[in-house]
Amino acid sequence: MKSLTAALAILLLGFCAELQAAELRGTGDLGIVIERASGSLQVIDVTQRRALGRVQGLGDLSHASAVFSPDQRYAFVFGRDGGLTKVDLLTQSIVKRVVQAGNSIGGAISDDGRLVAVSNYEPGGVRVFDSDTLAPVADIPASYGAKGALSKTVGLVDAPGRRFVFTLYDAGEIWIADFSRGGDPVITKFEDVGALPYDALITGDGRHYIAGLFGEDGLARLDLWAAAPKVERLLDGYGRGEEKLPVYKMPHLEGWALAGKRFMLPAVGRHEILVVDADTFQEVGRVPVHGQPIFAVARPDGRQVWVNFAHPLNDTVQVIDVPSQKIVHEFKPGPTVLHLEFTPRGHEVWISVRDSDKVEVYDTRTFEKLAELPMAKPSGIFFAARAQRIGL
Amino acid sequence: MLRHVGFGLIILGVFALNGKAPSEARAADTRVAEVSGERAAALTYLVRQDCGSCHGMTLRGGLGRPLLPDALAGAEVGAVAEVILEGIPGTPMPPWRGLLSEAEALWIARALKEGRIE
Ligand code: HEC
Repeated sequence: MKSLTAALAILLLGFCAELQAAELRGTGDLGIVIERASGSLQVIDVTQRRALGRVQGLGDLSHASAVFSPDQRYAFVFGRDGGLTKVDLLTQSIVKRVVQAGNSIGGAISDDGRLVAVSNYEPGGVRVFDSDTLAPVADIPASYGAKGALSKTVGLVDAPGRRFVFTLYDAGEIWIADFSRGGDPVITKFEDVGALPYDALITGDGRHYIAGLFGEDGLARLDLWAAAPKVERLLDGYGRGEEKLPVYKMPHLEGWALAGKRFMLPAVGRHEILVVDADTFQEVGRVPVHGQPIFAVARPDGRQVWVNFAHPLNDTVQVIDVPSQKIVHEFKPGPTVLHLEFTPRGHEVWISVRDSDKVEVYDTRTFEKLAELPMAKPSGIFFAARAQRIGL
Repeated sequence: MLRHVGFGLIILGVFALNGKAPSEARAADTRVAEVSGERAAALTYLVRQDCGSCHGMTLRGGLGRPLLPDALAGAEVGAVAEVILEGIPGTPMPPWRGLLSEAEALWIARALKEGRIE
């Protein structure tokens, strides 16, 4: 009898420990995969290469993106329909959701983790929320010109000093919203930056904000470290005045890769990756690629850049070796490769293949496929490790 | 003029797709561009996914304007098809000629105007 009780007690203890272990876990190697067509996402364990659970009810997630809280527990998901959803990675559930505009395109989280900003097409401008409660903090309509029309905003990023930087697509302006003194931002505007700036990025050191121009052959750069920042033109005339090839999907600049001392940028309307010196911002080379590049993402060590492509060549991925600027690997996961995300140290890469409803995981050294995860029309893949990087 | 162009395109399109003489094809004045059921499904997918990357998957607008019936109410089918085939120079709207036939562009234009892309 006594031994039976003891055995039972041991069993029970073991059970409790297991339960607790299941509850206690870090979130640093978790991430999310957006399922764009069904308004859902899956929480994934990057180390185990498996899905932990699905979260539903996030609205229209075409072109959705996400940022993470500093503790890496919460994802803030920006939907197309103006939805801003705070998702708990641990419990795989929605903590809070607001529909804050009619049509949106991405967002950012402030360096202190307290403010979440959303870039809106409709009504054009940026709205800022408390990351804890999603209560509104500030509304920044992107009005321009004599009539005060509202511009679509794009390329919203966080910058050090509790600032957000974004670009006005219709107006051709770059604005800085400085929240360092509280919830009422100080806005600095830069006008005439160039025609149709369609997206932007901030370098990982938080110094340079670079907007791609669709209407011109070049880019606009703002040095945020300068005493009096001003917009300078970059790679002016890289298309050499030649007619652009049709662009069936807008390239993404967030993925623009800083690989060692070089930037690798997708050209617009040319099937090339532009190689730019990161100090002088002069072009130092070009790599011809398979099609119109969409993402050119550097492996975190900067040794390789992985590239995907626009419709109709969107079944292919190419890998560029940065030191030699040669394509060292090409493969076809199938239509449509929408996004890729590296593990923080770059040993593996996750690739979403929309039309075959799966995410594939590859070894970045051997290029061997390590896993396939079923997902419904997967698009963006975002790892919680982004929480620790400026501009992501 | 647009009407005339549209008319010509339909005849051409139907002719090319079915290999039938225009007289055997569906009456051109209904301005229906014929595509096979399978192709129609593929085009619907293309519009939602690939036009959707700029116009929103639900076509409510993105970088490009909304493509819902209301938004296109003022434009002729032929004119919408023309925009699809030729694009709008100086903007991100690309020309789809080469990837889409004229009959397919007309089919998309009509489907958009009638709200048939779901
Ligand atoms: C790379 C982005 C992009 C893609 C892909 C794209 N469009 Fe567009 N489209 C635009 C933009 C931007 C405009 C608005 C141009 C302007 O400023 O006038 C536009 C305008 C249009 C218009 C004119 C709308 C109006 O109210 O005047 C139509 C029609 C249209 N697109 C249809 C399509 C269809 C159909 C597809 C897919 C076969 C498609 N577009 C794919 C960017 C795109």
